[in-house]
Amino acid sequence: MGTSSKALTNSSEFVRDRLRGRRFDTTGFLFRVLLLGTLFITLLLLTTLIFDVVSGGWSVLSTRLGSFLTGKLSISATTAGISQGLRGTFFIGLFVVLIAFPLGVGAAIYLEEYASRSRLSRIIDVNIRNLAGVPSVVYGLLGFAIFVKALRFITGPQSNGATVISAGLTLAILVLPIVIITSAEALRAVPDSLREAGFGVGATRWEVVRSHVLPYAGPGILTGTVLSLARALGEAAPLILVGATTGFLSEGAGYSLSSLQERFTAMPIVIYTWAGRPQEGFRSATSAAIVVLLVVVLLANTVAILLRNKYEKRR
Amino acid sequence: MAQRSVDGSSFTLADLRGERRRMRKEAVIKTVFLGTAALSIVISALIVFSLARETFTFVTQVDASSLWSEGWFPRRGLYDIKTIFVGSVLVTLIGMLVAIPLGMGAAVYLSEYAKPKVRRALKPILEILAGIPSVVLGVFALAWISPQIVQRMNSNSALFNLMAAGIGVGILVTPLVASIAEDAMKAVPKALREASYGMGARKVTTCVKVVIPAAVSGLVAAFIIGVSRAIGETMVVAIAAGASGGSLFSMNVFERGQTMTAAMASMASGTDAVKGAGLTFQSLFFVGMLLFVMTLLLNLVADRFVRRVRQKY
Repeated sequence: MGTSSKALTNSSEFVRDRLRGRRFDTTGFLFRVLLLGTLFITLLLLTTLIFDVVSGGWSVLSTRLGSFLTGKLSISATTAGISQGLRGTFFIGLFVVLIAFPLGVGAAIYLEEYASRSRLSRIIDVNIRNLAGVPSVVYGLLGFAIFVKALRFITGPQSNGATVISAGLTLAILVLPIVIITSAEALRAVPDSLREAGFGVGATRWEVVRSHVLPYAGPGILTGTVLSLARALGEAAPLILVGATTGFLSEGAGYSLSSLQERFTAMPIVIYTWAGRPQEGFRSATSAAIVVLLVVVLLANTVAILLRNKYEKRR
Repeated sequence: MAQRSVDGSSFTLADLRGERRRMRKEAVIKTVFLGTAALSIVISALIVFSLARETFTFVTQVDASSLWSEGWFPRRGLYDIKTIFVGSVLVTLIGMLVAIPLGMGAAVYLSEYAKPKVRRALKPILEILAGIPSVVLGVFALAWISPQIVQRMNSNSALFNLMAAGIGVGILVTPLVASIAEDAMKAVPKALREASYGMGARKVTTCVKVVIPAAVSGLVAAFIIGVSRAIGETMVVAIAAGASGGSLFSMNVFERGQTMTAAMASMASGTDAVKGAGLTFQSLFFVGMLLFVMTLLLNLVADRFVRRVRQKY
């Protein structure tokens, strides 16, 4: 028994060997190494970036983290802080959550659940995908023409419209197509049987969407929206066009409603401004500000990725 | 109810339609959702409208000779379009030279070679990279890529240069290219691969001669979308390429330079929005319009290719 099974494995190994060919597959090995090499380079760049930033900002983060987080913009690198940048970024995030999320999810529900294959829905669909590809500076021009100039009486007459309201609305519009596309994808992944079951017991479309489709698609929608929030928090180009303050800023530290109409800045703008300063001290301040922004943005991304992984496993 | 259905005559379509109030609510909700969806068309119209108005003023009032002069100095009334256009092309070219090998290589490995466990470990590299804001990559391009890579390639190169900006843009675009390319390769049916293995082909052969040709439409789409994103990228160039204010026409990638996007950012940054001689303000919108049209065309073409993949499989 023992010897025969041994003979069997021997012969199957022999057959496998013959089928495989004896030679070492050099091309295949090199191709594989090449592919892994590209991923390795990407990983190397990423770790270099993070290491460079953390080590550059360490002198600020380790010695005066408190005053750095609570201090105001300053001409002197040793006292400069990012409280105004954090505040601007907070309000921009708030605008995105309050405006882009409901509108985006609503549009996605219309496109996936209500729209028939009509011409209108096809036009809307193509239009949204094109909007998602428009460069962010161009959205900045839109925000400048509409919110800063045309709607100045709402967004902030005293500050020439260059306020966090204009910035928040502009970025809400910027991420809207991304919210719609990712939400629509999550809705499309809901099995039709779920809807049919709902219709079968006489529910209307909205009742089916509310009680069956949305709970099922919820995690997927949330993933997409959190990712687009992270995108909005890191955008700088549209803010420059909307008139974010790049120099010294005395106001823009309050969290009251009236402070929304004051001049503003945001984290990416703070980084952009400091990166252009020639003094040595601002290099470490820039790196420290980047670390803070990365913590915020990557935290949001990680939450989204974890959510998605959990959701994918469930299905 | 039972009586009525036996009767037959009084049971009408109206009975099946459900309660009036519920139906009205349903109609209202549908209209609200239609409104949110239609908002995207309003946004597109606003973009085109706000760009077109100032562009029209610029085109009708600008002195044609200033559009083809020695450089882009909007504050002095010199609007040499070719300076910033060539700058954009150079940065995009360098960016794609970085993003295509890195992005496509990662995509082929993740979709064809990596086992699920390995894939789960490697995919986050790209996802984290995708989440890094462009200002951060801009600073990285200026503070690390320029001295450590570019100035080692060419010791005469300036600290601010188009090469570093291009490499930064390339790193930024890599995750996008990888993700679209990976989707395209995953859409290739398993049967094609199995047929290839069945004929005794090796993994490389299957990959290079079967899967990649089958996915070529999607790979082209990944390339075009990458180009479109690279042309539209602003902050990396604004930080790492220098040349705020203006730039002379130059094809030297180791020197300071200006792209269309960075030109817009540098016009807008400063003390108070856009100031300058004559048509500076309008030129901002003119460049924006050019950028909008270019990326729109690229995206429409890419959409065609993506659709072709979807139809085929």
